[in-house]
Amino acid sequence: MKQSLTLGKVTKFMGLGFLTTIKDLFTGKLEKEDFKNFLRKVVVPIASILLFIGLWHMGSKSLYNIEAEFKIEKALNDQGPAAAEALRTCIASGDSSCQPNTLPSPSQVWSSYQSLLRDHNIISADKAAFIEKTAALNEKRLAEGKDAIVYTGRPSFVDQIFRSLQTVFAGFLLALLIAVPLGIFIGLSPTLKSSFNWFIQIFKPVSPVVWYLLVFMIVKTLLIGSSEDSSFTISFISVGLCSMWATLVNTAMGVSSVDKDYINVAKVLKLGPFQKIFKVVLPSSLPLIFTGLKITLSVAWMVLIAIELLAQSPGLGLFVWEEFQNGANDSNAKIIVAMFVIGIIGFLLDRLMLTIQNWVSFDKTDAI
Amino acid sequence: MAYLELNNIYKTYEQGGSETEVLSNINLTIEEGEFVAIVGFTGSGKTTLVNLINGLLEPTKGEVLFKGKPVQGTSHERGVIFQNYSLLPWLTVGQNVYMAVKEAFPKKSKSELNAIVADYVEMVSLTPAINKRPKELSGGMRQRVAVARALAMKPEMIIMDEPLGALDALTRGNLQDEILNIWGKEKRTALLITNDVDEGIYMADRIIPLRPGPNATLGPEFKIDLDRPRDKTEMNDNPNFKNTRNAIIEYLMDIGAERKVEASEGFVLPELTPKDFVNRFK
Repeated sequence: MKQSLTLGKVTKFMGLGFLTTIKDLFTGKLEKEDFKNFLRKVVVPIASILLFIGLWHMGSKSLYNIEAEFKIEKALNDQGPAAAEALRTCIASGDSSCQPNTLPSPSQVWSSYQSLLRDHNIISADKAAFIEKTAALNEKRLAEGKDAIVYTGRPSFVDQIFRSLQTVFAGFLLALLIAVPLGIFIGLSPTLKSSFNWFIQIFKPVSPVVWYLLVFMIVKTLLIGSSEDSSFTISFISVGLCSMWATLVNTAMGVSSVDKDYINVAKVLKLGPFQKIFKVVLPSSLPLIFTGLKITLSVAWMVLIAIELLAQSPGLGLFVWEEFQNGANDSNAKIIVAMFVIGIIGFLLDRLMLTIQNWVSFDKTDAI
Repeated sequence: MAYLELNNIYKTYEQGGSETEVLSNINLTIEEGEFVAIVGFTGSGKTTLVNLINGLLEPTKGEVLFKGKPVQGTSHERGVIFQNYSLLPWLTVGQNVYMAVKEAFPKKSKSELNAIVADYVEMVSLTPAINKRPKELSGGMRQRVAVARALAMKPEMIIMDEPLGALDALTRGNLQDEILNIWGKEKRTALLITNDVDEGIYMADRIIPLRPGPNATLGPEFKIDLDRPRDKTEMNDNPNFKNTRNAIIEYLMDIGAERKVEASEGFVLPELTPKDFVNRFK
C-alpha cells in the first residue's frame, strides 16, 4: 500500500510534530478542539523562550552593574576621584575600551551572531576571489607537477562549524566500525563477553581528556617524521574512542537478548552463521543498536568541544577557546553564540538519528 | 522399523542446583504416513517433547530415532510449526517463506525458489498478502504463513506444536481442514500436539494423552477408527466417535483429579510486566 507523503507524516516521522500545528494555524485548519493542543504545543514553548530571554536579560544587567561598580570603586581607590568619574562617563557612553567584562545580554549575543555572519561573508568572498585569482596559476603548477596553492586565511565561524561536523562524523564512523562488529561478537559469545567485560567496565568511564592524551601519545609516535598536521586525526580518533561505549554495550545487549523464538526459527531452518547474524540477529537487535548509536552521536558531539580545544584542531571547540583567550569586548558574546550553535546542532543530530532509526527498524512494539 | 521412535526418553532441566524431571520414560513409535496427536494439559511438557523430536533439545536419557538413525540437531526432513508462529517481523510474508525455501533447496535458481514460494503462499490463500509484514496480518493469517513456511521446505514429517491454540473456533476449523487437505494430498507423516481432544479426534489416526508433568509420561493410546475424509457434523452422531471421545475425556479428567489432590499447595505468581526497551529511550 502506497501512502502519500504529507508534511504531517514527514515531520512526525522526524520527531518535529509541532511544525504541523504551526502550519495548521496559518492554513486555518485549526479546529476549536485543537485549540488546547495549540496552546500547549506552540504558545507555551514560545512563552517559556521569552521568559528565558527576559530572565537572562535581567541577570546579565545586574551582573553588568556589579562589575561596573567594582571597576569604578577600584579606580577610586587606586587612582582617585577624577579617574573614577572619567571611568563612569566612559562606561555610560558605551565605549568599547572600558566595558565591564561579564555575561553578555541577549541583544549583545544577537549582534555578535550577526557580526560573525558578516565576517563569514567577507572571508568567503575573499576566499572565492583568491581561488579565482590562483585558478590559472594552479593549473599550470599542477601540470608542472607542483602542489597547488591553497587558501591559508583565517577560517570563519561557519567554516569551523563544518570542520567540527567533519570531526564528529569521522569519530562517529570510527565508533560505529569498532563498536558494532565488536558488540555483535561479544553478544554472540559468552566467552568473549566475560573476557571483554573488565575492559568495557574500566574504560567506559574514562574522561575525554585522558582519551585525548592516550591517542596523542600513540599517534604522535606513529606519525613520526610526517609533516602532516595530525590534530584532526588525533581529535577524531579520541572522539570515536570516547563515544563508542554506549554502542558497544547496547549492541552486545541487543545481540545477546534476541528472542528465543527467532533463534529457534534460525535453528529449524538450519541457517548458516552468516545468514543467522544478518537475517535474524541483526534485524532483531537494530532498535537497541540504534539507541546506542544515538547516545554515541550525542556523546561524540559533547566531547568534541573539549577535545578540539586540547588538540588545537580547528572547529567550534577551538573557536570557543580562542575567543576566551582573546578577551575582546565581544568575545563573551561570541562564546554564547557558539554555545547556542552547539546546542542546536546537537539537537538536530539527535533528530537525524531518530529519523534514520525510524527508517530502518521495524516496530518492535506491535511485532510478534 | 518404525519411522520415528522414542525409546525411554527422560528429560530433566537443571535450575539453580535443583533438578526437575519434565519427561520420564516416554516411549512412542510413529509409522510412515501416520497422523498422531498427543493431547495434554498446558504445562505438561508438550513443547519439550516436540523440541526433543525436532532436534532443538537433546534428551537427558534415552534416544530419539528418526528412520532408524538417532536425531542430532534440527533437519529439513522434519518441518516444525511453532505454537506462537515465530515469523520474523522484519520480513514480509513472501520473504519469510523464501528464507526457508532457500535454505531447503540451496541449488535451485532464484526464479524456481520464487515459484515455490508463490505456490505455497497460494495454498494457504495468502497471495494478496504476500508483501505484507506479519504485524499487518490477523492471528489466523500469521499461522497460515507459518504453515506455508514449514510445508514449503517439503519436509517428510510435519511436527505441529499447538499450531491452532491461539485462534478462534471458526478460524481453527478452517485451518484444521486446510492442514488435513495438504496432509492427505502429499501423505506425509504428521505429529500434532494439542490441548483440544475434539481437534485430535478430527484430525489424527491415533491419540496419545500425555500425563501432566513433572515426570510427564505418555498414557495409553486411543485408536480413532473413523473413515476419511471426516465430516464434523456427521461425526457428532457417530457412536464410535462418542465412545472414543468419552474414553479420552474420562481418562484426562481422572489424571486432572489426581493432579489436583497432589497439588494442594498453592503458588503465588509474581506480578511481572515485560520490559519495553524501545520506548524507554525515545
